[in-house]
Amino acid sequence: MTRNIHPLLIAGTVLVFMFLVGPLIIVLGAALSDTTYLTFPPQGLSLRWFENIFQIDAFRRTIFTSLQIALLSTVIALIIGIPAAYALNRHRIQLPGWLSTLFILPVLVPELVLGFSLLKNLAVQFNSPIYLSLLFGHSLIVLPYVIRVISASLASFDFSIEEAAISLGSPPLKTFFTILLPNVRSGVIAAFILAFITSINDVSISIFLTGPGLSTLPIQLLAHMEQFFDPTVASVSVLLMLLTVAVMAVVERTLGLTFLAK
Amino acid sequence: MKRFAGWTLAFPATLLIVVFLVLPVLATIWTTFTTPAGPFATYLSFFGSSFRRTVLFRTIQVSLAVTAIALVVGILTAYVVSRAPGWLKSILIIAAVFPLLTGVVVRSFAWLIILGKNGILNSTLLKLGLISEPITMLYTQGAVIVAMVYLFVPLMILTLVGVLESIPDDLIQASASLGAKPSATFMQVTFPLAVPGLIVGAVLVFAGSFTSYATPQLLGGEQVMMMGTLMYQQAMVTFDWVAASTIAAVMVVITIAIVAAMNAVARRLNPMAT
Repeated sequence: MTRNIHPLLIAGTVLVFMFLVGPLIIVLGAALSDTTYLTFPPQGLSLRWFENIFQIDAFRRTIFTSLQIALLSTVIALIIGIPAAYALNRHRIQLPGWLSTLFILPVLVPELVLGFSLLKNLAVQFNSPIYLSLLFGHSLIVLPYVIRVISASLASFDFSIEEAAISLGSPPLKTFFTILLPNVRSGVIAAFILAFITSINDVSISIFLTGPGLSTLPIQLLAHMEQFFDPTVASVSVLLMLLTVAVMAVVERTLGLTFLAK
Repeated sequence: MKRFAGWTLAFPATLLIVVFLVLPVLATIWTTFTTPAGPFATYLSFFGSSFRRTVLFRTIQVSLAVTAIALVVGILTAYVVSRAPGWLKSILIIAAVFPLLTGVVVRSFAWLIILGKNGILNSTLLKLGLISEPITMLYTQGAVIVAMVYLFVPLMILTLVGVLESIPDDLIQASASLGAKPSATFMQVTFPLAVPGLIVGAVLVFAGSFTSYATPQLLGGEQVMMMGTLMYQQAMVTFDWVAASTIAAVMVVITIAIVAAMNAVARRLNPMAT
């Protein structure tokens, strides 16, 4: 390995990583401040802004909605994404080439456009509950993550094990649950957790599909920020960062974080 | 039965995408051509309005600036990361993944604290005596660009670390053993091999910046309106859904065009790719 890297390049890299991590440390500091306004470094240490989150009705409600939407949309995406990933790996020859393009459309089409279209042509046009549009919108944007992660797990699965089970008379569904699923378990866990965090953090779809009575946490954060400049938003941000840490721990134990550098 | 197994398994996902994405988005684009005023009237009015033209050009300008900065910062940082010893590399990758998995609202909010009138940057500069009164940094194009670079640099670093790691070390060593300096090896061996990855990263960042909402909304506001914030305003504040649909159509066309162009370029650069 070549180790002689120019010192200027190393100094630049140090600056880049300070730039990457610094702002998040500032948010953490601001959340712990004992003042009624946002400040850094924190003046006095207090957890009262964390308590404040749960005293505000809108935050309690939207945290619940966000968790619910993230869980449901991830489960929907797993239920339809796992068979799709399997089909793409196992039956590619039967399937037309445009199908894999179709499956990446949710990444290609701007989320704002998708959110607006679901509002205009589904919720309003058919007078259907906005919750449904929000749920299916989230299922769509997390689906490509599920398909990609499960495909990566299937790529290292030895399909002759599955064939052995079938040739010994195991019915297809039983084979799926007892042979295939346990073998791609870490992929399923990683797909779940990546889809979940993507849904929790989403703004661009949700911004069109929320309104009076239905909102998600990031949208509520945006609304709160426009009215108040107190450390509540910082403390919610810290809670979300703790969730990120948990997600990273799970991804590291299942796929390895280097999977994300591909 | 077995012949249709693939289709049966892929059907639910296909149905979800067709019913909840393809049809609604096509319907949105379709309505821009069927207004009473004629098929292209909404586009003429979009490009005829100097305000909307300004927003479009500003969005292109900001996205290009963000892409260029993220590319330069990304390739140099990824180069160092990919050459770092194992333990350090893991730490650096964690430090890049952490912001990547943290939401866009949190990451934009951080810059709101830093760049505000009484923010950290202003108070630090005041304390150092470099300025005598707070300068306006929020709601400027610069603020939006800085926050978006912050948003996309982790993605660029991670994409490029993956690309650089896939370059065989033998090539680097061959270049070095033939007497090339590290900088020459980088420019003549590493960089050309990384070009397809750079294009992928650039397209991801450009498309992401071009269609972003939260960052321009929080750090640009009304003063630095971009396509995403303009679209939201037309749809949800002035309730001009035809205008919002027109912006949506422009966004879709530009996004798909640059991805298609990227695929074409990548194919020319890499004859092995299908």
